[in-house]
Amino acid sequence: MSLIEIRDLHKRFGAVEVLKGIDLDIAAGEVVAIIGKSGSGKSTLLRCMNGLESHEAGSITVGGKVLLQDEEHLRALRLEVGMVFQQFNLFPHLTAGRNVMLSPMVVKGLAEAEAKPIAEKVLARVGLAEKFGSFPDQLSGGQQQRVAIARALAMNPKALLCDEITSALDPELVNEVLAVVKSLAADGMTLAMVTHEMRFARDVCDRVLFMHQGRIHESGRPEDVFASPKTPELQQFLGALS
Amino acid sequence: MAYQFDFVDVFKYTDVLARGVGLTVTLIGVGGTIGIAVGIAGAWARGYSGNRALEWLVAGYVEAIRNTPFLVQLFFIFYGLPSLGVRLTEVQAALLAMVVNLGAYATEIIRAGIEAVPRGQREAGASLAMTRMQVFRHVVLRPALQKIWPALSSQLVIVMFGSAVCSQIAAEELTYAANFIQSRNFRAFEVYFVATGLYLVLALLLRQGMRSLGGWLVFGRRA
Amino acid sequence: MIDFTAWDIVRNLLLAARWTVALSLVAFALGGLVGLLVLFARVGRAKPLRWGAVAFIEVFQGTPLLMQLFLVFFGLPLVGVDTPAWFAACLALTLWTAAFLAEIWRGCVESVPKGQWEASASLAMNYLQQMRHVVLPQALRLAVPPTVGFSVQVVKGTALASIIGFVELSKASTMITNASFQPFTVYGAAAAAYFLLCFPLSAWSRRLERTLHVAHRN
Ligand SMILES: Nc1ncnc2c1ncn2[C@@H]1O[C@H](COP(=O)(O)OP(=O)(O)OP(=O)(O)O)[C@@H](O)[C@H]1O
Ligand SMILES: [Mg+2]
Repeated sequence: MSLIEIRDLHKRFGAVEVLKGIDLDIAAGEVVAIIGKSGSGKSTLLRCMNGLESHEAGSITVGGKVLLQDEEHLRALRLEVGMVFQQFNLFPHLTAGRNVMLSPMVVKGLAEAEAKPIAEKVLARVGLAEKFGSFPDQLSGGQQQRVAIARALAMNPKALLCDEITSALDPELVNEVLAVVKSLAADGMTLAMVTHEMRFARDVCDRVLFMHQGRIHESGRPEDVFASPKTPELQQFLGALS
Repeated sequence: MAYQFDFVDVFKYTDVLARGVGLTVTLIGVGGTIGIAVGIAGAWARGYSGNRALEWLVAGYVEAIRNTPFLVQLFFIFYGLPSLGVRLTEVQAALLAMVVNLGAYATEIIRAGIEAVPRGQREAGASLAMTRMQVFRHVVLRPALQKIWPALSSQLVIVMFGSAVCSQIAAEELTYAANFIQSRNFRAFEVYFVATGLYLVLALLLRQGMRSLGGWLVFGRRA
Repeated sequence: MIDFTAWDIVRNLLLAARWTVALSLVAFALGGLVGLLVLFARVGRAKPLRWGAVAFIEVFQGTPLLMQLFLVFFGLPLVGVDTPAWFAACLALTLWTAAFLAEIWRGCVESVPKGQWEASASLAMNYLQQMRHVVLPQALRLAVPPTVGFSVQVVKGTALASIIGFVELSKASTMITNASFQPFTVYGAAAAAYFLLCFPLSAWSRRLERTLHVAHRN
C-alpha cells in the first residue's frame, strides 16, 4: 500500500479550476519531483496534501487514513506529513533551537528537557548544531532553510513536502540545502518536492511528475522523462529550460 | 487686569494632589493591564475563534465603544447600571469604564497587528500540526504585539487623559483633586495649570514605562 | 415630579444634539483652518516657526482635553476676556483639533517623495507655491480618510463641554436624568445618539481607507 494516495483530486479558486483530477500514489521511501510551468498547480497540489488548501472533490489518503477537513483530521495528517516552504517561514521571535522545539512542546506536549535533545539532533542532522541559539535574522538564507527542514523533521514525519525550497536562495546557497535533502532521501525519507533544479531531480528522485494545466501530464523515471519526453508540452518545457 | 498668579496657594495642597496622582496612576496601571488583556482576547475572538456569533459580538462591542464618548460610557456604567442591580463604587466604575473603553481600541489595534503577520507564519504553524489557538499564542501574538506596541502605548496615554472625566463621578483622581483644591482656594487657573503639567509628566512616564515593559515582554529575545 | 415618557426623553436629547453637532462643526472647521497654518509652520523651513508648531502640537496632544478646556475657561477671564462656556468650548476644541489634524497631515505631506519638492524647487517655485500646487494635492488623497476618522474624535470630544456647563447632548442627559430618574434609559439613548452621529463617519473613513489601499496596490 502506498503511503500517500490521491484519487481524482479537484480544486478550484473561485471560477478557476486549478487541479482537474489528480491521481497519484507515493510509496514509503519514494522521492518524487514535481515540475511544470508557473501556474500549473504544483504548489496547490502540495498544499492540498498538507491540508493548507481544501479540495472540492476526490480524496487524499495518508497511511490508510482519509483526509477530512476538520481541524482534528488536519492535525493528524500534519503529524504524518511535514512541509518546507519557499520563504522558510521561520518564527522571527524565536531562536533556531526554539523554532525547532516549539511544536514538539506545544503539540506533542514534550517537556523542555525532552524537546531540547531532539532539536539538537535534528539541527546537527542539517549541519547547524552550533546555530541553536541564533535568531533567524542572524542566519543566511541557506541556513534558515536548513533550520526550517530541521523544524519539520523534529515532528518525526513520515513524509516531507518541499515547495521550491531553493527558489528564494542566492545561487551559492542552493547546494547546501540540496545536500541536506539528498541525505534525507538516502536515509529513506519519503519526499515530494516541487523544484526547478532539473539536475537534482535527475540525480536524486525516483520519479518525475510533469504538471500542465492542473493535470499530471506526463510522469516516469527521471532518465526516461528527461531523455525522451513523450508529449510536446514536456518537450517544450524542457526545451525552454536548456 | 491686575491678576496676581499665586502658585504657593496650590502647593499647600501637595498631599491632595499626590493622592490624586496616585489614583490616576492606579487606574491606568490596573485598567491598562486588564484592558490590554481584553484587547488580546477580543483580537483572538475576531480572527481566531472561528465562531461567527462571537466575531459579530466583538465587532459590535468595538463599534459601540469607539463611536460613543467615554464620558457617556462612564455615566452609563455608574448611574445606569444600578437599575440592573449592578452597583459599583466610584473607583470600580471608573476602572470598569476604562477597561471597557481601552479593550475596544486595543482589540482593533492588536487585530491590525495580527493581520500584518505574514500568512506564511500561520501556515508554517499549521503545517507543524498546531491548533489555531496554538498558532495564535505561540506564532502570531508576539510579532503582532511588537508591530503595534507604539500604537498601543499611545492609546494608553489617550485613555489616561480620558480618565480625567472620572472626576465627574467623584472618583478622587488627579482632576478631582484639582477641582477640590480650586473650590477651596479659588485659584482655578493655577491649579489646573499644575494638574496639566502633572498629566504631561505622567504621559511621558507612561510612554517610558511602556517602552521598558515592551522591551522586556514583547521585544525581549529569550534564547 | 414631571412624568417623562420615552418620547420626552428622545425629543429633549435630539434638541440638545443640535448643539453637539454645531459645536463639532465649528471645532472641526476652525480646527482645520488653524491646523493648516500649524502644518505650514511645521513642515516649512523657518526654524522658529517649526519649533513653535512642534511645541503647539506636543502641548495639545500631550495633555488632556479636559485640562485645556478648564485652562481656557478659567484662564481667559483672568486677562479680562469674558468667557462663556460655549466660547471656551469652541476655542479649546479648535486648538485641540488643530494640533491633531496638523500632525495627521504632516504624515501625509512627508509621504510625498522628496523628489517632488526638488522638482518643484527646480521650477523656481517658492514654498507656498510648492505646497499649493505640488505637495498638498498629492498629500490630500492620503489625508482624507484619517481626517474623516478624526472627526469622530471631535464629536466625542464635544461631550467634555458639558463639564463646564455647555448644554449639549451629554449635559442634557444629566439634566433629564435628574428630572426623570431614568439614568439607564437616558444615558443609553444619549449613547445611541452619539453612535448615530459617529458611526457613519467611522464607516465612511474606513471605506475611504480601503479604496485608497486598493488604488495604491494597482
Ligand atoms: N489563494 C489563491 N487564490 C486564487 N487563485 C490562486 C490561489 N493560489 C493559487 N492560485 C491560482 O492557481 C493557479 C495554480 O497556482 P500554483 O501556485 O499551484 O502554481 P505553481 O505551479 O505552484 O506555480 P509557480 O511555479 O509559479 O509556483 C494559478 O493560476 C494561481 O494564480
Ligand atoms: Mg508554486
